[in-house]
Amino acid sequence: MPTIPLNFRHGVHPPELKELTAGRQLRRLPYPDELVLPLRQHTGKPARPIVRVGDRVMRGDKVAEADGWVSVPLHASASGIISAIGLWPHPDGSLAPAIRIAVERYSLHETRARVIPDWRGLSKEQLVAAVREAGVVGLGGAAFPTHVKLVPPEGEHVDYLLVNGCECEPYLTTDDRTMVEYPERVQLGIRIMMKCLGARHCLVGIEKNKPEAIRAIQRTLPDDLDVLVMPLRVRYPQGAEKMLIKALIDREVPPGKLPVHVGAVVQNVGSVATIAEAFETGLPLLERIVTVTGDGVRRPGNLLVPVGTKLRDLLDACGGLTPGARKIVLGGPMMGAAVSDLNVPVCKGTTGVVVLDDRHSRSVEILPCIRCGHCLDACPVFLNPQLLGALARAGRHEQMEEHDLATCMLCGCCSYVCPSNIPLSQMFQVSKAALTKIKAARS
Amino acid sequence: MSDEKLLVTASPHLKGPDSTRQIMWNVVLSLLPVVAAALWYFGPSALLVILAATAGALLPERLLGNKGSLGDGSAVITGLLLGLTLPPGLPIWMAFIGGAFGIAIGKLIFGGLGQNPFNPALLGRAFLQAAFPVTLTTWPVTGGNWWNLRGDNLAWPFMSEAAERAALAAQGITLPDVATGATPLGLMKFEKTGSGFSDLMLGSTSGSLGETCALVILLCGAYLAYRGFLNWRIPASIFLTVAVFSGILHLTNAARYPDPLFMLFSGGLMLGAVYMATDMVTSPTTSLGSWLFGGGIGVLVVAIRMWGGLPEGVMYAILLMNGVVPFIERATQPRVFGRSRVKVLS
Repeated sequence: MPTIPLNFRHGVHPPELKELTAGRQLRRLPYPDELVLPLRQHTGKPARPIVRVGDRVMRGDKVAEADGWVSVPLHASASGIISAIGLWPHPDGSLAPAIRIAVERYSLHETRARVIPDWRGLSKEQLVAAVREAGVVGLGGAAFPTHVKLVPPEGEHVDYLLVNGCECEPYLTTDDRTMVEYPERVQLGIRIMMKCLGARHCLVGIEKNKPEAIRAIQRTLPDDLDVLVMPLRVRYPQGAEKMLIKALIDREVPPGKLPVHVGAVVQNVGSVATIAEAFETGLPLLERIVTVTGDGVRRPGNLLVPVGTKLRDLLDACGGLTPGARKIVLGGPMMGAAVSDLNVPVCKGTTGVVVLDDRHSRSVEILPCIRCGHCLDACPVFLNPQLLGALARAGRHEQMEEHDLATCMLCGCCSYVCPSNIPLSQMFQVSKAALTKIKAARS
Repeated sequence: MSDEKLLVTASPHLKGPDSTRQIMWNVVLSLLPVVAAALWYFGPSALLVILAATAGALLPERLLGNKGSLGDGSAVITGLLLGLTLPPGLPIWMAFIGGAFGIAIGKLIFGGLGQNPFNPALLGRAFLQAAFPVTLTTWPVTGGNWWNLRGDNLAWPFMSEAAERAALAAQGITLPDVATGATPLGLMKFEKTGSGFSDLMLGSTSGSLGETCALVILLCGAYLAYRGFLNWRIPASIFLTVAVFSGILHLTNAARYPDPLFMLFSGGLMLGAVYMATDMVTSPTTSLGSWLFGGGIGVLVVAIRMWGGLPEGVMYAILLMNGVVPFIERATQPRVFGRSRVKVLS
């Protein structure tokens, strides 16, 4: 047990704002009339549809096949008829291919009979295949296919499984509810993953503003495995992989390297619970916990939402928007994307829907940089956002690359602290895209 | 399909509590006690000089600056700081010119807020020192009737004192004579006499308006550092270097070199270290850079005071170090997360 305080350096401490939904039990959203399943809901290659318009699908049926190793299949989260396969508004703001399902009314939404294998009898390879078949991705927001992380590259050894229950984004209480309401599931998921990875230790990192979750996980700790709960100081972006690894085991992942390089694999607590669920019920990832919150929504809460539910249906179930609602953010307010179209569906990586009102969406005046250096003191990966910002403004993208733009994870700490309201992380996002283009043109 | 009412902006959607205006006006606020101390020691003269310098700073900012740039408060800071570096008896037209020079040539010419390489207040003072060397080194003593002006504050521009006296005498007005004296540093340098520590601490010595009361400046600086509006590393490194460097000199030859406490609390060191060197625009952004910057100022201050031709060297020390800030920053870029420190240096 380390006795030094667990920490990463820099970062910020925005208002936590979790009190709106922190104590609220999960409630199940009724099935909407239509579901929209974008083929690209995960990092990597989009899934390939295996159904045709007019097909009838039952809840849990596979509707799209994984395409390549870094890809996962997609399943129908309710029974119904495939009504269309075509472009539909995607959470990222684009139009992207999606499968639409006209959901059966008055249906029991039964699933097909299936054999549930006992995970204890399965080999590592079989476990990984089962996780992949269940369509599990990182539920913390990035939606990286979970099975990929369960297979360490040749020659790398995993000492630690790190379970990410930080939920450092303000407002969100998704992981909090997972740990409070399904602690046994989390423990089972940890067991399965430790077996897959051959990891001997597991640390569950939870920020101290979630005492109920800390108690729940503490209470259900297994006797036969080395699993520890690590309460962490509240600090954004602790939930970022590199920051969590630094805080929990004091190792720094070098730029461009994977966590496994320092002997660690990080999994979001929601993904861990989903894996356990897949082995308990035999069902793939069909629904996820979504926090619907913010001053712009009438009845905030934590909901169990079928993947593919449109924001309109989700918000209606929460009492609708208040007259003052101005901005809808998918994910947390620090890194989430604002959307203007309520037809956008909830995807596997949608952690929350935060509706901000006037107070949080006023336009601000951008003043010149006064070189106060607050961004340098906030950047968790020790970049120089002040310098990068000046370079971005001058359009010198290549020079930004020399100053390690690639290490920037767009956490937004620099923009958050900038007293002159310079949209630094937005500028970096643009520069990253420009660099990708420049490189593509060169090759 | 999209809702007209809904805004789409880039993340983050929350904003930290600090704003540039708030930082600037807090610095102005924290300067008020220092101004009050100047008023306490030097009477109405202090107010006249400081107001004239501030007015001088505001005029070009209003005329030549970006629209609305008066509101950011930075020109007020320049004016107040310049006023505090001036002798109490200075004719106010000189203070006005100093302020105008500082803002126009020291800041606006480079592109306004955030672009200037040198501290505009100190540049204004350096200009005045070069233009009016005698007036800039005439120091009235503290004490006497509080209401009396401490010099020819209301002198007419560009007129010799004799000519002015003659013109005033024609109208039946006679100017009072003002007792002047040397500053503690001047006494030390040219007459080899020291000054009492409590006098230095409380400010009852001759000197510029803001270089007298060290205690008030330290308290105001502490407030700013607490709010996060002041980079504490810079004054800390200045104090440390001055104390260590002058301490070593004092140990080698106590008769020739004064003790570190005298060095720390005399002259413009406090005002310079707390308010001038910490000017965000003209100091390094990196934390190692801040230490080097402050250390450089400390060494230069002691060197100029001990071996230079002038009794005081804070102004030139800071301006010189302002000039090398880009090099300091280039050499002290932060170590990127996950990379070893050695690689940064190579």
